[in-house]
Amino acid sequence: MKKAIVSAALGVAALGLAASGAVAGTLDDVKAKGFVQCGVSQGLAGFSNPDDKGNWTGIDVDLCRALGAAIFGDSTKVKYTPLSAKERFTALQSGEIDVLSRNTTWTATRDTSLGLNFAGVNYYDGQGFMVRKELGIKSALELSGASICTNTGTTTELNVADYFRANKMEYEIVAFEKADEVVSAYDSGRCDVYTTDQSGLYSQRLKLTNPGDHIVLPEIISKEPLGPVVRQGDDQWFNLVKWTHFAMVNAEEMGITSANVDEKKGGDDPAIKRVLGTEGAFGEALGVGNDWAYNIIKQVGNYSESFERNVGPKTPLAIARGVNALWSDGGLQYAPPIR
Amino acid sequence: MAEENTASTTEKPKVALLNDPKFRSYIFQGLLLAVIVWFFWGLASNAAHNLAKAGIAQGFGFLDKSAGFGINFSPFIDYVETSSYGTVFWVGLQNTLLIAVIGIILATILGFTVGVARLSSNWVVAKVATVYVEALRNVPLLLQILIWYKGVGALLPSVKNTVDMGAFGQLNTKAWFAPKVVLADGAGLVFGAFVAACVITYFINRWATRRQMLTGQTFPVFLTAIALMVLLPLITYFLKGQPMSLEYATLGRFGPKGGARVIPELMAMLVALTTYTAAFIAEIVRAGILAVPAGQSEASAALGLQRGQALRLVVIPQAMRVIIPPLTSQYLNLTKNSSLAVAIAYPDLMAVFGGTALNQTGQAVEILSMTMLTYLAISLVTAMFMNWYNSRMTLVER
Repeated sequence: MKKAIVSAALGVAALGLAASGAVAGTLDDVKAKGFVQCGVSQGLAGFSNPDDKGNWTGIDVDLCRALGAAIFGDSTKVKYTPLSAKERFTALQSGEIDVLSRNTTWTATRDTSLGLNFAGVNYYDGQGFMVRKELGIKSALELSGASICTNTGTTTELNVADYFRANKMEYEIVAFEKADEVVSAYDSGRCDVYTTDQSGLYSQRLKLTNPGDHIVLPEIISKEPLGPVVRQGDDQWFNLVKWTHFAMVNAEEMGITSANVDEKKGGDDPAIKRVLGTEGAFGEALGVGNDWAYNIIKQVGNYSESFERNVGPKTPLAIARGVNALWSDGGLQYAPPIR
Repeated sequence: MAEENTASTTEKPKVALLNDPKFRSYIFQGLLLAVIVWFFWGLASNAAHNLAKAGIAQGFGFLDKSAGFGINFSPFIDYVETSSYGTVFWVGLQNTLLIAVIGIILATILGFTVGVARLSSNWVVAKVATVYVEALRNVPLLLQILIWYKGVGALLPSVKNTVDMGAFGQLNTKAWFAPKVVLADGAGLVFGAFVAACVITYFINRWATRRQMLTGQTFPVFLTAIALMVLLPLITYFLKGQPMSLEYATLGRFGPKGGARVIPELMAMLVALTTYTAAFIAEIVRAGILAVPAGQSEASAALGLQRGQALRLVVIPQAMRVIIPPLTSQYLNLTKNSSLAVAIAYPDLMAVFGGTALNQTGQAVEILSMTMLTYLAISLVTAMFMNWYNSRMTLVER
């Protein structure tokens, strides 16, 4: 009996220790296990999507690869966990993944009450609507009475409720757990409208039977700043993820690309030298090697390269830089200086 | 030894308190209880501590907050986007219970029919029933739900080709737009008439049973009941100037709108759960009937009862004793399986509360424990009711 009590007590105590150990030291854990565990979507072309060989590509995936490059000097040292919109925060809170890079909108509730921190914005998006061309609809304000397919557990679901209420329009929401189910329900005619972030609409339209039969309406009904998320209370890891994104933006601003990074490294510009680690010790302060940014740019590229490769005008998605251009080009992408 | 035993029957034995078996058992049970309570308290306080440390919101305050998202199906509860998360819970529970109750009724009817058909002397009927049972219960339920929703659902007419079913409303891929009953003043009396018919039926039944006991004369109770339940409300309906009317869907820009909308997700869930569970119930019914000795059927035949009468009056009542306990667990299975609705966007408890609400608030511990306790409560209530029914059906020996 006594033994049983003691072991039960130890059990409870062990649970306590195991659970409280999950908060700090993500970088050390990552270094110890030898790879970054990155939470991504279940397949959203341009953002995080596995190709036919099973390799993940996309603008969100590039951020994970950049983390691998910064920490290990090897952008392939990343493992991916595909997550539904519903599962994503629990997976991060429970420590199943180290970073969530899954077209996730930064909102006040998510930042404050989930025990998570948003480490910047790698894509500025907004919510839009897609309908069949044959309906002859030109504006979202004509959508009263429509049934609308979307993902459950997203800001999209809340925005659409706000928008229709504000404009005193009726609607029926049909919320699925997986993005693919939403697409197939819209394609089968269960819904008149498909709503999600506008970039997502362009991306998912490629999966429809006849992509040409559908149009994306001009209205953007919300602000959707998408960015990587980490657990709250681990500032070292938070800093690293934040500066990984900033390094890519700074590189674009300074004109450093994966092609010319070696050449630039030998140059005299002190700002570029600081970024590439030949001057100063910024990597050390982040807990990684001083050539962290060099590795990111060499292996993954700068922000512009990542954008053009995954979602830019030459890809099937054909999205213009728009608000995602550098601040110096009239966009919103702005990174604090590395100094 | 013998002396002690005789002593114990007359007066309390004088043993040390510690050696008293009763006292000792209290002590150990008390200790065990304390350990269990302590263990769960440890789990709870540990979880609370860690959630606080990780900066995750806690407590049930979120239930009063406005949910902000829409739910497309809530037949009995008024739900708007400004409703609270608490209302979301009730809407989810309502939709789960709706599926469970309708599913249980339909599965019971279908299951009994198929179960009896399997024992039919008609070779074709028996084989068809066998094929049904073997096919349905050996394919995973989730797969069947998807077949009904995506496979059969794809056969539904598109919005442009909406089928008009006349009095039954319209049908297309978005919903079955059934006629909606609109109540006016005096509609309550019509319902009252129906209730009155039920009460009268109850007394007629009692009188008929007593008369049959005394005189042996039978009375057509069933037909009388049907006549009463149809005629009484109908007469009231016309006397009160037709206080109920049917409202049909009208054509809007996106196809029919209005009426009572039955979404395809509900239909797919119901069909899948009913046919799947009915296959199991059929086997239970067959086993129950086979458990009644053949002598019972032969005896009833010897008494001159027809085959149907023998089945209804002699065999089934005895078979019920074997059928009810496993039937209960099929009812529980059906209720719990309804949570698979999450796969096809039917807004049940697990989908809207255990899913959407969880994701919007991030309070996994609170929401999942509430959802868990709710399913537990539904199951326990069902089991309690079935146990009560079982005790009524047990053989009363005279």
